[in-house]
Amino acid sequence: MHLATYLGLLHTSLTTLADAFREVGRGHGEEPDVWHTCQVLAGRVDRQAEALAPVVERYGEHREEEPERLHAAELESTRSGPVGLLRDLQDLYTLASLADITWTVVGQAAQGLRDRELLDVVNACEQDTARQLTWLRTRMKQAAPQALIAAR
Amino acid sequence: MADRIADIWGARTPHAKDTPWPVRVDLHLDTGLIESDVDRWVPSACVLCSNGCGCDIAVKDGRVVGVRGRAGDVVNHGRLGPKGLYGSWQWNGRDRLTRPLVRRGGELVESDWDTAMDLVVRRSKELLAETGPLSHGFYTSGQLFLEEYYTLGVIGKAGMGTPHMDGNTRLCTATAAAALKESFGSDGQPGSYTDIDSCDAMFLFGHNMAETQTVLWARVLDRLHGPDRPVVVAVDPRRTKVAEAAVESGGVHLAPLPGTNQALMNGLIRELIANGWVDHDWVATHALGYDELAATVQPYTPEHVAGICRVDPDDLRRAARIFGTSERVLSTVLQGFYQSHQATAASCQVNNLHLLRGLIGRPGCGILQMNGQPTAQNTRECGADGDLPGFRNWDNPEHIRELAELWNVDPLTIPHWAPPTHAMQIWRYAEQGSVKFLWISATNPAVSLPELPRIREILARDDLFVVVQDGFRTETAEYADVVLPAALWGEKQGTFTNVNRTVHLSDKAVDPPGEARSDLDIFLDYARRMDFRDLDGAPLIKWSDPEGAFVAWQECSRGRLCDYTGLSYAKLRGGSGIPWPCNEDHPDGCDRLYADGVFPTHPDVCEDYGHDLLTGGTTSPEQYKAQRPDGRAFLKAAEYAPPPEQPSEDHPFVVTTGRTAYHFHTRTKTGRSRQLRRAAPEPWVELSAADAAALGVTEGDLVRVESPRGHVEAPARVGRGRDGVVFIPFHYGYWDTDGDEHARAANELTLTEWDPVSKQPLFKLAAARVTKLADATGPAPAPTTTASAPHDRASVPATTGEDDVREDATPVDPPSPPPTPDRTPNVLPHAASKG
Repeated sequence: MHLATYLGLLHTSLTTLADAFREVGRGHGEEPDVWHTCQVLAGRVDRQAEALAPVVERYGEHREEEPERLHAAELESTRSGPVGLLRDLQDLYTLASLADITWTVVGQAAQGLRDRELLDVVNACEQDTARQLTWLRTRMKQAAPQALIAAR
Repeated sequence: MADRIADIWGARTPHAKDTPWPVRVDLHLDTGLIESDVDRWVPSACVLCSNGCGCDIAVKDGRVVGVRGRAGDVVNHGRLGPKGLYGSWQWNGRDRLTRPLVRRGGELVESDWDTAMDLVVRRSKELLAETGPLSHGFYTSGQLFLEEYYTLGVIGKAGMGTPHMDGNTRLCTATAAAALKESFGSDGQPGSYTDIDSCDAMFLFGHNMAETQTVLWARVLDRLHGPDRPVVVAVDPRRTKVAEAAVESGGVHLAPLPGTNQALMNGLIRELIANGWVDHDWVATHALGYDELAATVQPYTPEHVAGICRVDPDDLRRAARIFGTSERVLSTVLQGFYQSHQATAASCQVNNLHLLRGLIGRPGCGILQMNGQPTAQNTRECGADGDLPGFRNWDNPEHIRELAELWNVDPLTIPHWAPPTHAMQIWRYAEQGSVKFLWISATNPAVSLPELPRIREILARDDLFVVVQDGFRTETAEYADVVLPAALWGEKQGTFTNVNRTVHLSDKAVDPPGEARSDLDIFLDYARRMDFRDLDGAPLIKWSDPEGAFVAWQECSRGRLCDYTGLSYAKLRGGSGIPWPCNEDHPDGCDRLYADGVFPTHPDVCEDYGHDLLTGGTTSPEQYKAQRPDGRAFLKAAEYAPPPEQPSEDHPFVVTTGRTAYHFHTRTKTGRSRQLRRAAPEPWVELSAADAAALGVTEGDLVRVESPRGHVEAPARVGRGRDGVVFIPFHYGYWDTDGDEHARAANELTLTEWDPVSKQPLFKLAAARVTKLADATGPAPAPTTTASAPHDRASVPATTGEDDVREDATPVDPPSPPPTPDRTPNVLPHAASKG
């Protein structure tokens, strides 16, 4: 069963995403809403990873040997300025999208396995991930015109 | 005669439930004058708080010499508060800006209108050519007239096409608007002041009404002194007069730790649900989101909440019981919620309490999401702030098309890719240098915005062209490149709308001083010089006076909740204000909204598709429509999250900022009134008795309060707040001080941080440390008549004024309240119920 591989992917995606939220929040501390919301959302991604723990206990977790084939790269550092903020939020969006679709894929397996407990976890976490994507989209839509047209 | 400094609320006129509030006419004239000396009485309404009391301005020999409350006005039945009596006119003729100023060689020098406007227009055109409209920001007020906001809104949104327009309403009333939009689909006050006359219980959430709306509090006191008084519940960290009244009425005073309101509210809602105090049939028919709300509040047991908020769990239970079992409950909300952590979420929970019991739209069952300023409602309606005119939805293409058609411009001219930019973001863009032109009208951000050291740096930037339009040379004007002298209240004509939607006309009583012009004339002049045109090449702005602007606005409001089409200047001269919606079918206006439980949430009607309360992420049109709200209200839920700044070992106190009854905003008017100035001449730092003792501080000792951002030095009032909380009034800036020291304004301490939904800054919680600097030379300059009363009353002389106000409780009949319609105008009914 390859579910264990995917649980590994999901787990890594979540820790990568949580770290990236924290990193972008830190890197753009002069945007208070970005700093604060990123910290809040990082905490919620941590909780998603915790919710995954009992599932991993049941199915095991397999970490892929060749990470570059499966895993998204971590966010090493943040950029600066209005365009940098926009670009960093896009990176977060990419990482959150990967987590989102991975939850979907794992949810499909949960359906096939008739695993109610896992389905509940998937439902809650998918809603939570949708919230992250919504905020990122909102913040980027707000920032884009100023950053691309008026910023120096 | 009465001393209205010593007795802020005046003589009692008690009355019973469901009987009209009696009339009492308050009059204050210049020394030595009597009523018969007055040449003319000019109708207006007071602009020194958000209450909107109808009054007549006394004119003698071309000068304003006093003010009298209007007996027939539905808002105040003749009364005025100390600010209105003493502060509304005494500034007249003092320290005013009379000529435009321009910066030459680093100094502001007197100039003329042509030179000043040329400079403004030249810079505007340069930047438009260079970068486009995103280089421009407009930061306005909650104190101009409707006609001025609407004109400014059209200039910015249709002429220039910049989304960077907001007002200081962002600091005062943004959360009220946001909470109404989230719960009911649109801004618009559901309740009315008349609900005070009929309620059985009254909840004041973070609302020191006794000081922020003194005349409204007099109305409450008249019920509390009547035969069947309501029970009061107060949520406030300080022991305010409201909190005292709560205890005396057999109610509850809850004093949660600042920043924990959302936990408290979730606890109250959980108690309502757990005890079965929910009208499930009504909720099923008229609201969406019950299951999620119930699940969200489940963990918030009284004990759990008590631990977060540091309140007694039994007090929480008692408060919930009062809400759950009283037949008619009125709730009011203000800055204790709006300027604190999770502002919109907590304010939405107040709406939820009412929705759960179906207590809305009936006498005594009001919700009043209050405003802090006299004309805040108009900025919100007219689109001079972060809203589009007529409560239109930025994300609804049909609404944009309506505006484009009305103004005869290309829909793409109107920025609607996101909500209009909120004030804190406009300032951030200025800080980053992408906004290079900032026009500040009728507000004083150098004192009123959070984290003043940062604001001063931004205002001083070489690459930011600052225009300041005001009646006085404010702290902000000192940073301007061009200062435009503006006429003030009584010197110009226009309408404005108070908290409960009541519209008043304010007529011109006297000429403005020197070359000062009305704000409307200044905006019209700018539009003319910029040559803004519509699609047919005609001038974009097609009016040239207040009444013309009003008529244009009426057309913009047609068919919307804030319908003004049934009003006119002539009608508004009839002796009383009239609450919108007011149209052909409802010529006398509407006292309350939503009597039938149908709300403006239909996707074609609503002002906003809503937000996630935790992050402020916006709901997409598709997601919104999928919920099929169709006239149902939303029970929006959110978990409690800890505030962004909490006390630490280094900064062990929470500083909270707020008002005193005797002053308004940055005291440009009230600081120039002899009586008001004497009552509260200087800032102070309020400590609890236990905290003062632990710090070795006694009454009047000079203390220093430091946050990570700045410091304030002022005498200490050993007061009656809760331990761990320091209160500092925010009114005191630097216009009346000598030297360059910046250690007086409360906002030296506050943090740049805002609510994710309403974007209102968090003025109520900064971490700070307190140290004693010097022994007292006398008591602190804090009033004894207010929430700032000393812990030891005997140690401080009482605050008094003079016997200079006539209160006439004449036996005239009070005005009848406006009708409450069975169905709210311009709100689509429920679609067929979902199976």
